[in-house]
Amino acid sequence: MADRFALLQGNEACVEGAITAGMRFYSGYPITPSTEIAEGSAVRLPQVGGKFVQMEDEIGGIAAAIGASVVGVKSMTATSGPGFSLKQENIGYAAIAEIPVVVVDVQRSGPSTGLPTSPSQGDVMQARWGTHGDHPVIAISPCSVQDTYYQTIRCFNLAEKYRTPVILLMDEIVGHMREGIELVPEEELPEEFKIVNRDNNMVDGKPYACAKGEYVPHQPPFGTGTRYNITGLYSNEYGFPTNDNDIANAKATRLMEKIEKNLDDILDYEEENLDDATVAIVCYGGTTRAVMEAVAQLRNQGVKAGMFRPVTVWPFPEQRLKEIAKKVKTVLVVEHNYGQLVEEVEKVVKGAAKVEFLGKWDGTTITPAQIINKVKEVSKNAK
Amino acid sequence: MPSKLVEKTFRMENLPHIWCPGCGHGILMRDVAQAIENCNLDPEKVVIVSGIGCSSRAAGYMNFNTLHTAHGRAIAFATGIKMANPELTVIVITGDGDCTAIGGNHLIHACRRNIDITVVVFNNNIYGMTGGQYSPTTPTGEKGTTAPYGNIDNVFDITGLAQAAGATYTARGTAYHATQTIKLIENGIKNKGFSLIEGVSVCPTYYGRKNKKGSVVKMMNWQKDNAIDVKKAANMDEKELKGKLIIGEFYNNPSTTGEYTERYDEIIKKLGGDK
Amino acid sequence: MKKAELRLTGSGGQGVILATIILAEAAFFDKKKVVQSQSYGPEARGGMCKAEVVIDDNPITYTKVATPNFLLALTQASFNKFHETVTDDAVVMVDHTVQVPEEYRKSHNVVMIPILETASVVIGNPMSANIVAVGAINEALGLCTVESLEKSVTGRIPKGTEELNIRALHAGMALVKASVGH
Repeated sequence: MADRFALLQGNEACVEGAITAGMRFYSGYPITPSTEIAEGSAVRLPQVGGKFVQMEDEIGGIAAAIGASVVGVKSMTATSGPGFSLKQENIGYAAIAEIPVVVVDVQRSGPSTGLPTSPSQGDVMQARWGTHGDHPVIAISPCSVQDTYYQTIRCFNLAEKYRTPVILLMDEIVGHMREGIELVPEEELPEEFKIVNRDNNMVDGKPYACAKGEYVPHQPPFGTGTRYNITGLYSNEYGFPTNDNDIANAKATRLMEKIEKNLDDILDYEEENLDDATVAIVCYGGTTRAVMEAVAQLRNQGVKAGMFRPVTVWPFPEQRLKEIAKKVKTVLVVEHNYGQLVEEVEKVVKGAAKVEFLGKWDGTTITPAQIINKVKEVSKNAK
Repeated sequence: MPSKLVEKTFRMENLPHIWCPGCGHGILMRDVAQAIENCNLDPEKVVIVSGIGCSSRAAGYMNFNTLHTAHGRAIAFATGIKMANPELTVIVITGDGDCTAIGGNHLIHACRRNIDITVVVFNNNIYGMTGGQYSPTTPTGEKGTTAPYGNIDNVFDITGLAQAAGATYTARGTAYHATQTIKLIENGIKNKGFSLIEGVSVCPTYYGRKNKKGSVVKMMNWQKDNAIDVKKAANMDEKELKGKLIIGEFYNNPSTTGEYTERYDEIIKKLGGDK
Repeated sequence: MKKAELRLTGSGGQGVILATIILAEAAFFDKKKVVQSQSYGPEARGGMCKAEVVIDDNPITYTKVATPNFLLALTQASFNKFHETVTDDAVVMVDHTVQVPEEYRKSHNVVMIPILETASVVIGNPMSANIVAVGAINEALGLCTVESLEKSVTGRIPKGTEELNIRALHAGMALVKASVGH
């Protein structure tokens, strides 16, 4: 077992966070740069009475994890771009069947095999719309090793509470870097990360029924005394398939509303120096630290720059960004791709401020100097 | 009036089922229920997992813990269930396409692990749900909507494939031979390891019509007249066996290496993770 | 202390990643803030390898090293690739088999020591070159306590090689002491 204070990789911190959150099952397939999560889970799980299985492929990896969750065991799978693509169908399955599961995507450069050992944030839109059909999703992007530990715990908590797949959207930078962290034990976790376990008390004795004003059903684990059906088809409150459009509509709407109506609980973001800022820099995950450094240096030079970092990338913190956009001249989006989240930002900002973009998609990382130059350039444009 | 077995093991409110008149799947589904009953299992501790296709609709009708999953993935979901709670009896109901085409990789690797799951393949030699496309078990030369000039693919021998991959129990029954098939499924459930039972079904709507096999009665009679028990087949030569369907228990050999979840539990014990 | 931004380079398999991990961990034991990272290609052995560590008293924002104030080059190829991107006052440590242009030596603080030879001849195991380097780097920069370094080395190397690696660590320190003494 790791010491309470340890020098760990982001990937290793993810495993420790998962164990603290109560993960007792992991299934996956080896893929760079996420492999340390599988390796760490293989070492740690049997030590705490959990199970690890290396499946025959990526699809089997998520399928077995969902299967374990169906019998009430907190489970996780981890992958990178190519594997994330392969897992998409079953992310949709977990969403419609409302089965908690944590899916880690340590993003790397793509498409296809791309640059397997190089960082990227090219999966941020796939995390939102990767599986077919309308579906709910929660995706959280950590920016440090310590943050990875906590956010992994939060992923499990949200998955359990909302019975939906939750994506930990890491990237090669955070996954492979090492920092000294504190593995805070369960009983000492800050309030916002306190362990959540799913509520298995059925509403009206129906596995897929929700209490009035609530959006999450309480179907119990298999093998605990309630025999019911789970399916990827639209189904009624007993889980039995239906072609009834009214029932389908009610369920499809509820699936989306369970996120939309609980934004106050789900959304998380971090802000720095935004009070008097003229430029708000939007970043997430692996670009955050470069932006922090850039903001510090810009402030030293008298440039009024601030940082807005969605921690929950999905759902996107629309309302807060709208408020910020009204106060600044420019919103600069910094991400390791050809321009993905910037489109969401444009949609949200809707002309309230000028939206600018700084991206990189060659496998190298954006430096503070590049951000500083870009901020100076766009500040000039805004005058 | 439904039989006591049907009342006890099926969700009456969800019947009748969606299968076509004459489909062999209803018989095979009842065989699975009877085999579970014969094993005296607590229904609360039985999980039925299915994939996608005609066969996989069976799960929803059966009064157990039932999981209707994605196309081809039933065995992978079942692996997670069995690993996470080995005290559950896990039975997979799947079809020839679901199990051996899109799900073929999960099949062979579950065999290799010898995990205690019983797979019953309802083999109707065709993709029925999508309207009659040829499957990995459509005989060479026969037709499907996607093999309009005759199928040039060679067929999978499902039980042979499973045995070669490491399954410790394999058998084949038919929709016609219900009594024997029930026993074969029962023995498969009792095997502490990976079991595969192929249940040869009949699809009069697509496979039968497309290949001019005649009425359902004729198709069932074909099974009756051409099925040869594996013990009898052992004394017959290739010529005599041509065009015949060998049924019975092919392989029943509990693995010398042990069952997968038990082996994993040994690791947990060694590390003190069970305390 | 001044923020240390170290870049260690060499050939894959030489253990430069482990060297940065040990330096980071030892500094972490000494209550410093640290970030360690690496980049590499698909080769497990033989490819170009670059690993970095940032050590500071204050929280570290940017996790990578843009312009290092310390560079280690164990091979000619890695020196050729990385020698230009260093700060003016950087310490550039190279294995003595590496050819360093006269001009570069005049304009930079170059420490040239026999790291690879010390590992294979003095310690008797070429695999210990990275630990020799760790000792040398720490002696040159004064990053961590020797106690923390020894603790990290013994925790990170294969069981049964503790004695050999501790010797390697001290041999590395001695190389720099001797070279500074000149």
